[in-house]
Amino acid sequence: MAHSGINVLFEGTNFARLMGGLWTAVWIAGLSLIFGLILGTILGMLRTLKNRVIRFILLLYLEFFRIVPTVVLLFLVYYILPRQFNVNWPAAWMAVLAFTLWVAAEFSDIVRGALESVPEHQRESGLALGLSQWQLFRYVLLPQALQLELPATINLATRVIKTTSLLLMISIMDIINVGQQIIEANNQNYPTGVFWVYGLIFILYFIIDYPLARWAKHLTAKQKD
Amino acid sequence: MTDEILKVEHLNKFYGDWQALHDISFGIKKGEVVTLLGPSGSGKSTLIRTLNGLEEFKDGAIYFQGQKVTPDPKTWQALRQKIGMVFQSYDLFPNLTVMDNILLAPVKVQGRDKEDVRKDALELLDRVELRDHADSYPRQLSGGQKQRIAIVRALAMHPELMLFDEVTASLDPEMVRGVLKIIKELSDRDNMTMIIVTHEMNFAAKIADKVLFLENGKILEETPGKEFFDHPQTARAAEFLNSMDF
Repeated sequence: MAHSGINVLFEGTNFARLMGGLWTAVWIAGLSLIFGLILGTILGMLRTLKNRVIRFILLLYLEFFRIVPTVVLLFLVYYILPRQFNVNWPAAWMAVLAFTLWVAAEFSDIVRGALESVPEHQRESGLALGLSQWQLFRYVLLPQALQLELPATINLATRVIKTTSLLLMISIMDIINVGQQIIEANNQNYPTGVFWVYGLIFILYFIIDYPLARWAKHLTAKQKD
Repeated sequence: MTDEILKVEHLNKFYGDWQALHDISFGIKKGEVVTLLGPSGSGKSTLIRTLNGLEEFKDGAIYFQGQKVTPDPKTWQALRQKIGMVFQSYDLFPNLTVMDNILLAPVKVQGRDKEDVRKDALELLDRVELRDHADSYPRQLSGGQKQRIAIVRALAMHPELMLFDEVTASLDPEMVRGVLKIIKELSDRDNMTMIIVTHEMNFAAKIADKVLFLENGKILEETPGKEFFDHPQTARAAEFLNSMDF
């Protein structure tokens, strides 16, 4: 087994470095999701209000983030914020910002859809009890919307995790970037390194995303009953 | 100030160009039960929904306990604590238990002590024979049970006036009776002031102090309850009563 390619994964600190890269991707995705879901909930609520100006602005926001490719968003925050606005955060935080804005946009549409599909008489009976607009959202509409939107939210989470593979574009040492370095550094000794490194990355992404995908599918099936 | 709880003066309501309510005027005194009768589409539901601000009106005025209502969201929100309403669709909040459905508004809106309201709620649940279901979720209840809970939920606010909008219209016939019994008892025992839209003529005849007969958004006649069913003033009302043949 002197030259089995799989050993490239365990050469030196390679494995630990790959795991470190995975962790970078995971925490960026996790934080972006937390911030994005909070912001998206607020935006989604605002989009169900009657005010046309607010609704229009938020619709523009949504369309912008939906149309512009995520990699372009990353470049925008990474290159423009420091130069034009003198914001000098580490790249990872820039990525969190870009992803948060993207998640918030997508999630605002999910929340809006879910809120609108809560039956009208639920809203009316809440109003008839004297609830304020905010109390109506907080105690009646959001909890019901949450259940409706859960599958779509999980799908969004899997997309965010997958999209972390773009982080190498702004020089973040995520798992893909680390993987490429390992492949290049070991090209002489392990010509098949590409296969093993990307194979491991494939398996790791699969392990994270597949259960989420199954969960979403399961919930959707349950809602259909 | 008289003991008039609610007074409506020359109320007009439009949906776009179409006039849904024409020059509606009537009053209701404390303890009185007014039923709104009339064919479908006559504007009964629109009228009752206007009385707690779920529908806007174009002109005319509504007075609650002698005070003219300024029709803005804040005023209505405050007034709705005194005007309870129960709808046709059993509209309990599915994400909350029966008890939490009842507690929500008194605790969050009126800021009352949770334990006090809970005691209140249990008594009310006793009255509608559903105390055992305090911790159930709405989906575990039948239509009639849900509607009884919806009534309890509105009563827990200690309203001065209750509005019932066709509350038995989507119930199985055998469930109807239990719900109507509770409403009748509210009138007899608690002297509750109520405005009721219903198609149950027997029930209306038993409970109504006054009947407003509506057609095409107009009040065709306003007659004391007994008299309306024995000797309706208008031919149209007589025809309506015959067609219901109860």
